[in-house]
Amino acid sequence: MLAESLALSAALFTIGVVGVLTRRNAIIIFMCVELMLNAVNLTFVAFSRVYGATGQVFVVFVMTVAAAEAAVGLAIIIAIFRHRQTVNLQNINLMKG
Amino acid sequence: MQLQYPLFYTFHFYLFGVIALASALAFVTRKSPVAAALWLVNTMFAISALFVLLDAQFIGVMQVLVYAGAIMVVFLFVIMLLNLGHPSEIADKRGLWATLIAVGMGIVLVAQIMVVSSGKVATPYVMPPNFAADQMKKLGAVGTVAAPLFNEYLLAFELTSVLLLVAIAGAVVLGRKRDGRAG
Repeated sequence: MLAESLALSAALFTIGVVGVLTRRNAIIIFMCVELMLNAVNLTFVAFSRVYGATGQVFVVFVMTVAAAEAAVGLAIIIAIFRHRQTVNLQNINLMKG
Repeated sequence: MQLQYPLFYTFHFYLFGVIALASALAFVTRKSPVAAALWLVNTMFAISALFVLLDAQFIGVMQVLVYAGAIMVVFLFVIMLLNLGHPSEIADKRGLWATLIAVGMGIVLVAQIMVVSSGKVATPYVMPPNFAADQMKKLGAVGTVAAPLFNEYLLAFELTSVLLLVAIAGAVVLGRKRDGRAG
């Protein structure tokens, strides 16, 4: 089941990349990043069956980082929304030269 | 080396794999953020079922509790707090170039995976075939994760708590209303 898990997680990761590159809603882009993290977790768990339980420990760390990232990122999105009244990345070009 | 899996196992593995893929595709194509979030929750449930099938029961439970239970609830909370539930009036999609780049990256990634999975796994590091199931029997589902977490990776585990503290402080500072004062 290792090859199938890897193929599935590659497909999920690719779907996440496509979402990040093609969507403009900041919250949906953020959720696509979560999907990519999930795909990586699937890879870790699939390999942990072959190489030992260390992969599962890494999944715990990834989940913690994802939780921290979601909290800070959504706080940033709320702060941006307060200033610009939008989460559409097309309209948020403050740092454009 | 190659394990024979019962038909029941294989059937459910493919079933949840197809559910995860279909939900993920539905997730990136939805216009409404709420619908997208709910499809993503569906994907995460399917992935948690796959974790259980891959002998990682504790990780499967964590997946449901942390991802589907906590993180996605925060996402939905923000969507509804900012009143973004309706599909955006302007077109949400970016141009053709972004789509082409995304598809190209996807093709490269799939090619890499095919090369990696056709190669041979370095045998000295490979555990015996029933290693995961045996360890699960010996240590239990939680002990399998907890034993390395509290021995080899104790420092990283403690640093994780610092990271969470920083994230809490950062979220509070960023989310606070500024009433004219600096800071």
